[in-house]
Amino acid sequence: MKLTLRVWRQKNPDAPGAMATYELDGVSQDMSFLEMLDVLNEELIVKGDEPVAFDHDCREGICGACSLVINGDAHGPERTTTCQLHMRSFQDGDTIDIEPWRASAFPVIKDLVVDRSAFDRVIQAGGYITAPTGAAPEAHATPVPKADADFAFEHAECIGCGACVAACPNGAAMLFTSAKVNHLNVLPQGSPERETRVLDMVAQMDAEGFGGCTLTGECATACPKGIPLFSITAMNKEWLRATRKVKR
Amino acid sequence: MTSYSEYSEYTEYTVGEPIQDEQAPSGPVNERWDTRRFEAKLVNPANRRKHTIIVVGTGLAGGAAGATLAEQGYHVVQFCYQDSPRRAHSIAAQGGINAAKNYRNDGDSIHRLFYDTVKGGDFRARESNVHRLAQISVEIIDQCVAQGVPFAREYGGLLDTRSFGGVQVSRTFYARGQTGQQLLLGAYQALSRQIAAGNVEMHARTEMLDLIVVDGRARGIVARDLVTGRISTYFADAVVLASGGYGNVFYLSTNAMNSNATAVWRAHRRGAYFANPCFTQIHPTCIPRSGDHQSKLTLMSESLRNDGRIWVPKAKGDTRPPAEIPEDERDYYLERIYPSFGNLVPRDIASRAAKNVCDEGRGVGPGGQGVYLDFADAIARMGRKAVEEKYGNLFDMYERITAENPYEVPMRIYPAIHYTMGGLWVDYDLQTTVPGLFAIGEANFSDHGANRLGASALMQGLADGYFVLPSTINDYLARNPHKDEVDASHPAAVEAVRETEDRLARLLTVDGDRTPDSFHREIGELVWEFCGMARTDEGLRKALDRIPQIREEFWRRLKVPGTGEEFNQSLEKANRVVDYLELAELMCLDALHRAESCGGHFREESQTPDGEAARGDEEFSYAAAWEFTDTGAAPVLHKEQLTFTYVHPTQRSYA
Repeated sequence: MKLTLRVWRQKNPDAPGAMATYELDGVSQDMSFLEMLDVLNEELIVKGDEPVAFDHDCREGICGACSLVINGDAHGPERTTTCQLHMRSFQDGDTIDIEPWRASAFPVIKDLVVDRSAFDRVIQAGGYITAPTGAAPEAHATPVPKADADFAFEHAECIGCGACVAACPNGAAMLFTSAKVNHLNVLPQGSPERETRVLDMVAQMDAEGFGGCTLTGECATACPKGIPLFSITAMNKEWLRATRKVKR
Repeated sequence: MTSYSEYSEYTEYTVGEPIQDEQAPSGPVNERWDTRRFEAKLVNPANRRKHTIIVVGTGLAGGAAGATLAEQGYHVVQFCYQDSPRRAHSIAAQGGINAAKNYRNDGDSIHRLFYDTVKGGDFRARESNVHRLAQISVEIIDQCVAQGVPFAREYGGLLDTRSFGGVQVSRTFYARGQTGQQLLLGAYQALSRQIAAGNVEMHARTEMLDLIVVDGRARGIVARDLVTGRISTYFADAVVLASGGYGNVFYLSTNAMNSNATAVWRAHRRGAYFANPCFTQIHPTCIPRSGDHQSKLTLMSESLRNDGRIWVPKAKGDTRPPAEIPEDERDYYLERIYPSFGNLVPRDIASRAAKNVCDEGRGVGPGGQGVYLDFADAIARMGRKAVEEKYGNLFDMYERITAENPYEVPMRIYPAIHYTMGGLWVDYDLQTTVPGLFAIGEANFSDHGANRLGASALMQGLADGYFVLPSTINDYLARNPHKDEVDASHPAAVEAVRETEDRLARLLTVDGDRTPDSFHREIGELVWEFCGMARTDEGLRKALDRIPQIREEFWRRLKVPGTGEEFNQSLEKANRVVDYLELAELMCLDALHRAESCGGHFREESQTPDGEAARGDEEFSYAAAWEFTDTGAAPVLHKEQLTFTYVHPTQRSYA
């Protein structure tokens, strides 16, 4: 395959960025999208040009590091992570636009690499169960109904990639935040901190500059792990409940 | 020595003083951990906040250790190269975590898990360490459940388990195929709580590039901020390496792309012995490479071998599609060679058998580097729906990567490196030979011997991080109060920074014509060929002659664009390759010197008449701890003799 790539290049957070065009030949359909970028970068390095910077690590769809907007879609045309997207999803002669996540809460570091540390701070605000090591009761002391355990798991699958934010016209992080709130709040172990968790995480989410949610649903469409849209409404319910219970 | 070794004198290693683990108490094996915890000195809670501990890495071991040490009151300074501590490669573990809970009432016990692990490690692990691991396994499950890890549950609300990897009890706890992810997020969340509380100072996108040793003790690290390129020093009372294994020396592995050996290798260069580097594990069921562009390999759960049948064509170079190859022209080679275990032989045997048939020219798929894993019989027997329920997510993953539908066309699989049992030598306290430097998780060599059992990596990482290190490090801190503050002006720190800066500057100034990746690929192919699934004296010597040549070429032809004062992924990569080029050499030497077959290390010269691995207990019942001398110079071997009081060495047989 022969491709025309239009790639966002930006030297550092303060420099202006622009799309740069590269022609790439000899692309195999079996390559992953990131392997295609590897080939481009190998060519650029040998020519003495700077390779395109992008985040990636596990390349098996679970670490959440990769993060590209491809032809306008977060993680590209398939419902998967960029690392699991293969070139057979494209045609010979295609022009492909490759951009970083676009959201004010995710500033660009270089080229296609963005700073997602805002997500870490949302978790730090309450996305945990306080259970210091050594203080745990016997695991079977508290049975968890299977339906609740499955609900928790479905939300715990979030990989923190940020596609939900990138896809959202408002740059909102509701799906990310709600996934963690729902995972922990449904479990009996998470119950003591149920109210403070949702209030603190939502407050931090707002403080990080993520946009407001208008329930357009783009987030759940882009999510490579299939976190459902009702996750957001479930969190809103948790939040309302908490505001009534906790006086601040 | 031989006609090959004209280039390198590296093989002329010397044997130094034996090394011993002096921290494991004597007495009955099941009392040693209690005894050690009682004998270890403690640090007064009020004094803990005065101590700083550096933790490098945020996987299961590092994340758990950072959180737990901070909970105890220590000031923790923690590092990861990823943009978030949540992305460490522990996240990719699929299968599960072993624990001797005996919830199934199927005869499991701490002693049985201990026994299985010593035996599975082919009698090259310490009994004391392994017993402790089995004891702690039960606490890990309690801890993770309390954190909200969503393990699979039965309808009654209790935890589900499954059997794994050839053991006869059902002791593996799991969270669908994402156990590693869920356990890691549990540790990450505990760590996040401590970051928010100000007890952990977290440096993401920051990579350790050297260890600072002052007066013989580990006192700090040199690290590079990967965003700005700034080189900084950090100081502490103790340093904990939780930086993972070195599987990426092979270039193609199931490790994450950026997993690397720099932290452990730099510590090795500063005096920490490196133990059993040749003990690497190859997983038989990975998706084969599809071409030269391949950047990593993806593992498919071993459970597939429960129902899939492995075969290749009987004839060499048979390129017909699998459906056109009649039954009597297929060779179900595992069922043929190992009639009683068939497709369920252990990982190393399945891997070697696949290599053998491919070497005979009977491999399938691109480059002939693959064998079929066929579910046609299973579908006929159980129905497609049942197969879908059992393996649906794996089949989907396979189809996404290969664009082939495994319900209709047999899967193609091939072995790949996915775990390294070797690592920094540590004593029972998980302390390396550099006082104050600890190594936990895959970064150390301690618990798996020559071969790791399935679902035991997660167990060991969490045992080290949550329970072992937080107990043993107290003893070191209590016995070694540091009177002198160390800062960046200390000559040892100045020297370490200068060496680091010089190395990076040199990488940037070679200005040759080859990319860092091209060298990584070359060294990886070399070790895969000669220090991979099967090793020979001749092949290892070839590799040992070639490695210094590649190293020389690296420093002559490398090309790294950009500068060191910016985000520069080529520079990061090149710097990691520098260390692979040395570590590969030690791996090959270790494999050469260990003229026996054991666990993941198969020496062709050492096999039984029917082609099975033959251990050499008389000569090799020791851990090989290597001391660094200089780049390319022969290292010194220190042997730690292993004794087996509870589990007596036997030869494996699966025929």
